[in-house]
Amino acid sequence: MTGAKEKGAEAESVTRLVVGPFNRVEGDLEVRLEVANGIVTAAYVTAPLFRGFERILEGRDPGDALIIAPRICGICSVSQSQAAALALAGIQGLSPPSNGRIATNLIVATENVADHLTHFHIFFMPDFARAAYAGRPWFARVEARFKAGRGAAARRMLETRATLLHVLGLLAGRWPHTLAIQPGGVTRRAGPHDKMRLLAILGAVRAGLEEQLFGAKLERVAALAAREELDRWRARGPDGDFRLFLEIAADVGLERLGRAYDSFLSYGAYPSDAGPLYPRGTHAGGKTAAFDPAGVAEDHTFARMTERGQAHHPFEGSTMPDAEDETGYSWCKAPRLHGAPFETGALARQVIDGQPLLRDLVAFAGGNAFARVIARLIETARTLIAMEGWVRELEPDGPWCAQANTPARGQAAGLTEAARGALGHWLQVEGGKIARYQIIAPTTWNFSPRDAAGVPGPLEAALVGAAVHPGETTPLSVQHIVRSFDPCMVCTVH
Amino acid sequence: MSKTFNVLWLQSGGCGGCTMSLLCAEAPDLTATLDSAGIRLLWHPSLSEETGVEALTLFESVRSGATRLDALCVEGALLRGPNGTGKFHVFGGRPTIEWAREFAALAQHVVAIGSCAAYGGVTAAGVNPTDACGLQYDGRREGGALGATFRSRSGLPVINVAGCPTHPGWITETLMLLAAGLMTAADLDAYRRPRFYADQLVHHGCARNEFYEYKASAEKLSDLGCLMEHLGCLGTQAHADCNTRAWNGEGSCTRGGYSCINCTAPEFEEPGHAFLGTPKVAGIPVGLPTDMPKAWFIALSSLAKAATPERLRRNAVSDHVAMAPTVRDIKRK
Repeated sequence: MTGAKEKGAEAESVTRLVVGPFNRVEGDLEVRLEVANGIVTAAYVTAPLFRGFERILEGRDPGDALIIAPRICGICSVSQSQAAALALAGIQGLSPPSNGRIATNLIVATENVADHLTHFHIFFMPDFARAAYAGRPWFARVEARFKAGRGAAARRMLETRATLLHVLGLLAGRWPHTLAIQPGGVTRRAGPHDKMRLLAILGAVRAGLEEQLFGAKLERVAALAAREELDRWRARGPDGDFRLFLEIAADVGLERLGRAYDSFLSYGAYPSDAGPLYPRGTHAGGKTAAFDPAGVAEDHTFARMTERGQAHHPFEGSTMPDAEDETGYSWCKAPRLHGAPFETGALARQVIDGQPLLRDLVAFAGGNAFARVIARLIETARTLIAMEGWVRELEPDGPWCAQANTPARGQAAGLTEAARGALGHWLQVEGGKIARYQIIAPTTWNFSPRDAAGVPGPLEAALVGAAVHPGETTPLSVQHIVRSFDPCMVCTVH
Repeated sequence: MSKTFNVLWLQSGGCGGCTMSLLCAEAPDLTATLDSAGIRLLWHPSLSEETGVEALTLFESVRSGATRLDALCVEGALLRGPNGTGKFHVFGGRPTIEWAREFAALAQHVVAIGSCAAYGGVTAAGVNPTDACGLQYDGRREGGALGATFRSRSGLPVINVAGCPTHPGWITETLMLLAAGLMTAADLDAYRRPRFYADQLVHHGCARNEFYEYKASAEKLSDLGCLMEHLGCLGTQAHADCNTRAWNGEGSCTRGGYSCINCTAPEFEEPGHAFLGTPKVAGIPVGLPTDMPKAWFIALSSLAKAATPERLRRNAVSDHVAMAPTVRDIKRK
């Protein structure tokens, strides 16, 4: 029974709590908790929606992946599109001209920045405007700014977001679900006047964020380098929602919530001749290392999927739902890298990149709810600054889209970063048709169930230790932790 | 406005993209638009505060009749599988398809948001792993989750705001018309899409129309020419106002450089061929422009091809204007 507490069988003091249906996450989510003495002792994360996109893709013309795959997700649509295009480009042996690569970066970055803004204003902050926080000194301010459905900050942000997405109206026809990103580049050239329009749009977005969110130049946010600087910003920094967030986070102890394994994964984002803006790699046990794609495998032990015997690399993977299965508690598979769970997302990208503030935060208190939100805000500033530079790099008279045919047989992986982290498509073509298509999305990593060894997924680990106050049916701490990952559940299972 | 128009929004087998698109509403923004019409979102998966038990309590007040339900919006396909149980999507302990059926029976109006909720859409593509369908259609066939005979309390069938995704204006204007009591059965087309956008074709206002007129065709994506002959564009058959009502400022699929895939139509997800190729018989595209007799299309096409100006012939296969229109002295006869 959802939301109801019942006595656990194994120990008198353990109660079970089913938290869901969760909203203000993209898609559907339910979390089962075991609680003892007001503390979560175990968590089981359920993705309750299965659609079967990998099966839908099988047997189709490989190029159809560009139509079908983006429709996995309406909030990560462009990232799904890019992953499909990269996989096809890998099979075709094609690489886009620099305009195609830069325009693709702009399209992907627009979606990622829009998603970060949506997360902060619409999904995450409204929880602090709940009546349960009415006694806190910051409550009146957060209620005015972020109350769900009527907060002034959220309304202003929706205007800024709509303006930002004009980048996609111009470069990609529309958002979501565009076909503008192709294996060889993009379908629409931007002329010199288009570059001016793009700069005007990005300028308006910059102004909106500098006025409302940060109260400071993006460069000042991007340059934050140490935890003490955040303390100073909280004490006497410029007025803005960023400072309000710092005040709330310190008061509720967000930094003590939601630590998982401190193992981070990024496939690398925004390629250029000098390498990606945010590099590919891992960061675990305090050390960065190269990412080895051969080490990825998906375990089905607690997924409602057949093929439970052993974990499979995506090129050997399958997606056959098993509705009769009683051991599985999620449609989500459990991806592991060399057998270990990894957390992915903006925090992972920034930590692997060596962004000094996020390195400092993780060194101080690990990857936690606070650090995840800060990482998104820092990344928003950094990415917008980079986007302005990319627009200037476009050369209207150069080529935009290279062409090639898809061979009748081949395989390739398309690895990219969505707003929420590492997104991979593994494509096999045989007889000119898609023979196998396996997808591991960012939240598949973050919200995975346990694996054969019983090791919980990152969210499952992050929830252990969360406080459950008497009478709470949907504990606030659990909500903050869950939403700090900015889960995208439609991508998770796909 | 004294009385609010209460909307409950459920998501099932879809991608959430219609909501993400809805948030792009502008001039005015979504909140201002809904407020202006007295439309209140009782609950929305992305926008509401209530989660878990709070949401279920709210649903209970709708079930009991304590809260009036003016419109149920469903986004995403309804999943009947596995084996008719609906368990491929469980929401608050029950299959979502059951929630949808229960609320549909209570609602004054039922609105399918997007092609998945309307007809099944991409979620029902291929082997249709989840036995997905629309609220009142299973592809092109009437039926679906609620059945062909379903009528909401208003007497209307399910209103299909089809599109993948939907334009924000299609949703806000549909809800505003319903709230104002201005939408009748006569305002819906054959597939029950609101006629205010479905009586248009994507072809209308397409920036490539001159290329179409002369059958000056693009040979690859990123070319400026008409996308119909070689690249699978269905703009001349697709019912939507995408090129007269811009997306995200100034966009549309064809303006973005790629083909219209007719995403407002039932079964658009299964064109029977690769999406970005045009099937032809004897060199003639199989799909004719809407309302165009075949013989005339062939005759006009061959005439148009013979008459194609050099400018269009060159620009059609270029990603930029390679040859500008001649500037004429307008005073000279």
